[in-house]
Amino acid sequence: MLESLLVVLLIAAVAWIGSCIGLTAVFGIVLPYVAVLVFIIGLVKRMIYWAKSPVPFAIPTTGGQERSLDFIPYAKLDCPSSKFGVFVRMVLEVCCFRSLFRNTQACTFENDPVNGGARVVYYSSKWLWFFSLLFHYCFLIVFLRHFRFFMEPVPSCIGIIEAVDGVLQIGAPRFFLTGGLLLCALLFLLARRIFDQRLRYISLANDYFPLFLLIGIVLSGICLRYFDKAEIAQVKIFIMGLTHFSPVISGLDLNGMFIVHLTLVCTLLIYFPYSKLVHMPGIFFSPTRNLPTNTREVRHVNPWNPPKQFFTYPEYEDTYRDAMAAAGLPLEKQPEKKPTE
Amino acid sequence: MYNARPVCIGIVILVVLLTAPFWVGLFGKNYTETGVQTPTNHEACVEDADFMRAQHMRLLNEWRDQALRNENRTYVAKDGKKWEISLQNTCMKCHTSYKDFCEKCHISNSVSPYCWSCHIIPTEGK
Repeated sequence: MLESLLVVLLIAAVAWIGSCIGLTAVFGIVLPYVAVLVFIIGLVKRMIYWAKSPVPFAIPTTGGQERSLDFIPYAKLDCPSSKFGVFVRMVLEVCCFRSLFRNTQACTFENDPVNGGARVVYYSSKWLWFFSLLFHYCFLIVFLRHFRFFMEPVPSCIGIIEAVDGVLQIGAPRFFLTGGLLLCALLFLLARRIFDQRLRYISLANDYFPLFLLIGIVLSGICLRYFDKAEIAQVKIFIMGLTHFSPVISGLDLNGMFIVHLTLVCTLLIYFPYSKLVHMPGIFFSPTRNLPTNTREVRHVNPWNPPKQFFTYPEYEDTYRDAMAAAGLPLEKQPEKKPTE
Repeated sequence: MYNARPVCIGIVILVVLLTAPFWVGLFGKNYTETGVQTPTNHEACVEDADFMRAQHMRLLNEWRDQALRNENRTYVAKDGKKWEISLQNTCMKCHTSYKDFCEKCHISNSVSPYCWSCHIIPTEGK
């Protein structure tokens, strides 16, 4: 955990020092292009790798009764038997995280009056569902809001998002709710790993690092907006230069915090295809989610089964007809009578 | 590759979405300068230019609070100079044009301050 935090701090410090000693071109031009390339190529390679992997068994997750006889109630959403049903379940899963909604937490009672001894109780636990949903949607809105730096003129839908996001009109520049909520959600997801003993035991550096990285990105972003301000007109000139492949950096007044923010985002992009964060495209490749539960209707053939050598009965009879006839076995087709002399 | 058709469609959609910042920018104009026209007939703003560029919104917010909530209409700048707290009489005395000054950065960066829900947007030629 600490090493993940230190790595994030180190990256931020390197970016800060780099911007101070005049390496802004490296962190502002070279790194973003490299990061975007690594991100896209990495994701595509990963997806092709997944698409090449055979699925030996039909292993869809079943969350209810499979479709069988008409009089048996069938869970359409949790056990879809058609491709359309799978699509609906996938959309609901991606948009509402329905599988997390079913999350439970095991608690042990030492002296339970019901059975007079220790007992395990599984409580419904919605916290993880709530905060992960909050995190993902806030992240999406924050991501969309950033398009004001990528587009000229800024489309009105982004203005609407900003108006709703800053509806409380706190301060100037007005406080965006999603920024604060994003930080809260991330802190919950981190606290969950730190304070839940069982979760802490199974948490690794690749669980903590993305959390600290995202917290770093959010904190530096909030800092840029409300405290150590970046001059957004200059930022926009810089970003538009990058996206038009004619980067400008000299003459722009980009502060150190902006370079830190940019470098952390680039780190996220580079890290993304090689980490657990690839669940973004990964969910669509998961055979537990993308296969219909029609195992009683359709036989799932393992694609790596070797081709079978079939020897059908007619072929068998053709091969051994004379011998069979000689032995007096019943035949479907009698051997042709040899012409008598 | 299994399910090649949906996978290829998915990859194409993903790549198109991920490269959106690059091709979306091509639909509009490039943005290489703000085009802000700073007043030429005055030497200095309330505070120094760097501060004003980064913190003018905070200053205006503070001015609003001072003037309307505390009835304090005098602002003492860092250099000790006193200014009247007033958007129309102080700020807009030099920055006369809304179109050539405020709007230049605000519109292209999708900033919609709520100054103008109380103040009237100054028209051109005033």
